[in-house]
Amino acid sequence: MPASMALLDEDQRAVVSLAREFAAKEARAAAETYEARQEDPLPLYKQLAELGLCGLPFPEEHGGAGQSYVTYLLLVEELAHAYLALAVGLSVHTLCAFAIDAFGSAEQKREVLSRLTSGEWYGAYSLSEPASGSDAAALSTKAAPRNGAYELSGSKVFCTRGAEADVVLVMARSGGPGPKGVTAFLVEQGTEGFFGSKKEDKMGWRSSPTWQLVLDKAVVGEARRLGEEGGGFRIALAALDTGRLGMAACAVGLAQSAFDAALVFTKEREQFGRPVADNQGIRFMLADMVTGIEAGRALYRHAARLRDEGLDFSLQAAEAKLFCTDMAMRVTTDAVQLHGGYGYVTEYPVERFMRDAKGLQIVEGTNQIQRHIIGRKLVGPQA
Amino acid sequence: MNIAVCVKHVPDPNLPMEMDGTRLKRAGVQGVLDPGDEFGVEAALQIKEGHGADVTLVSMGPEASSEALRRGLSMGADRAILVSDGALEGADALATARVLQRAIERTKPDLVVAAVESTDGYTGTMPAALAQFMGWPQVTFATQVEIKDRTLRAHRQTTTGYHVVECELPVMITVTAGINEPRYASFKGIMAAKKKPLERLALADLGLSAVDVRPAQEIVELSKAEEHRSGQVIVDEGEAAGRVAAFLREAKVI
Repeated sequence: MPASMALLDEDQRAVVSLAREFAAKEARAAAETYEARQEDPLPLYKQLAELGLCGLPFPEEHGGAGQSYVTYLLLVEELAHAYLALAVGLSVHTLCAFAIDAFGSAEQKREVLSRLTSGEWYGAYSLSEPASGSDAAALSTKAAPRNGAYELSGSKVFCTRGAEADVVLVMARSGGPGPKGVTAFLVEQGTEGFFGSKKEDKMGWRSSPTWQLVLDKAVVGEARRLGEEGGGFRIALAALDTGRLGMAACAVGLAQSAFDAALVFTKEREQFGRPVADNQGIRFMLADMVTGIEAGRALYRHAARLRDEGLDFSLQAAEAKLFCTDMAMRVTTDAVQLHGGYGYVTEYPVERFMRDAKGLQIVEGTNQIQRHIIGRKLVGPQA
Repeated sequence: MNIAVCVKHVPDPNLPMEMDGTRLKRAGVQGVLDPGDEFGVEAALQIKEGHGADVTLVSMGPEASSEALRRGLSMGADRAILVSDGALEGADALATARVLQRAIERTKPDLVVAAVESTDGYTGTMPAALAQFMGWPQVTFATQVEIKDRTLRAHRQTTTGYHVVECELPVMITVTAGINEPRYASFKGIMAAKKKPLERLALADLGLSAVDVRPAQEIVELSKAEEHRSGQVIVDEGEAAGRVAAFLREAKVI
């Protein structure tokens, strides 16, 4: 049961149709193979580039398609419906491109953003460190000025496609403690002293590589500093506001996929001489699942519309990330339950969906941090 | 070089086919660019990329056919012509060929490409009739095409292998489903297609009238193919494997 195309404009229908065609012909089947192999689906990213889908929400002068954020998120949701790790990869890529579009110099837009929008390059985002996750402003990777450039030293963790991406947006400390000492850098793959030191073995998102990164006196030129010195934390947070919408759209696509599987299964599976979906208890579960999905979809699209109108959307982005990813955890868990024993075996995809949903509750600000953000906006900073 | 590609908007072959008397039900049914025609469009685009060419898509059908043309334009064709006319309802393959010939002539083509047959009508006679009206040679069942100077060289699929045929332009070719891997219409292609010319013509624009397109043949009756009989069910009571093996031996499968 694909999401309705009612209320979508012509361009949005074109994006959704294209994404569904790509999903049906390639992405859905490829997901199982790459997940089983724990391998990054690079050929699929290349295809996304060929389809012109790597830079939808960016200006045409920088190689983008000049589409709204709502339209871009429709793509993310459809991709997540077929293959979550691929949608996550595109969202992370967009996070990096967004930061350059919003804060980059003309030269950075020309040299880096245009390569990201065309899909010639892929981008990644690196904020977390071994000792600073939720407390991101405590990061300790150093950026020391050296002969008109910066020397970056430290370790980063949980960086999606950190070793596969061509350029990584890295936050490092160039000044004193706290958020005002952080600066953002665009570090290119192949920079001496910059490498992935460990690929994590994860519960879900198994074909989405998660890296520990090492910066060992990696030299980054001034031309690759994004924004002002000390302006990095603001960039990191703005990118996360936007990225949260991507995670919310991913969650809705994933939940829809789990629901679709559960609906088909419960209508076909017969026990006591009739389909299990004939039981009111089962129907009530299905009803709750689909209601959560529709509510989540409405919430993330509302937040994206605010963003498209240039209005403040960070509260709604936090709400959407929180609600949609918690909803996806619940829906995928119920989808496993509705499959009975078949839900617990890898022959059916719903156990993977459940493992994948957990990751969405943790990344780009845990859902506890989302509640913290929402609470702070409502009541003000805590004493 | 000018290439014309015949394309058709057909009911989505992935959906169950519905009949309306002796005619296929089209109204209110989700339509698509005939999947067979995607190979023809792709073949033309590959020639365009190799040699430079102007690719025109030509279709006859109701207004909904413009969707199929837009799809081909999104893949990369340059322009499209749609012939729509109330008098064409129920047109047979011969009438279709007559109409397409008049429309195609306007593009001054060097090469006309079509699928071997349409996914809905399946007569397979339209391309031959079109070649006849053009007064051109036709190369059928092409599984590979290349153009050198003004000569087309094609592999023609046969039951045992293939022929290599050479033919001077202008020529009409029909291509098989195996000839290439049709490309996706990229998002940029879809956006660009909106701005490409799609000319709409009626019969009168082609110097034809209802009399010229009166069907010469008519489907008078439809009957369903006999359904396959259900297979033999073997219930395993310890000797099923032996019985399956015996059955396969009898069928000379093993």
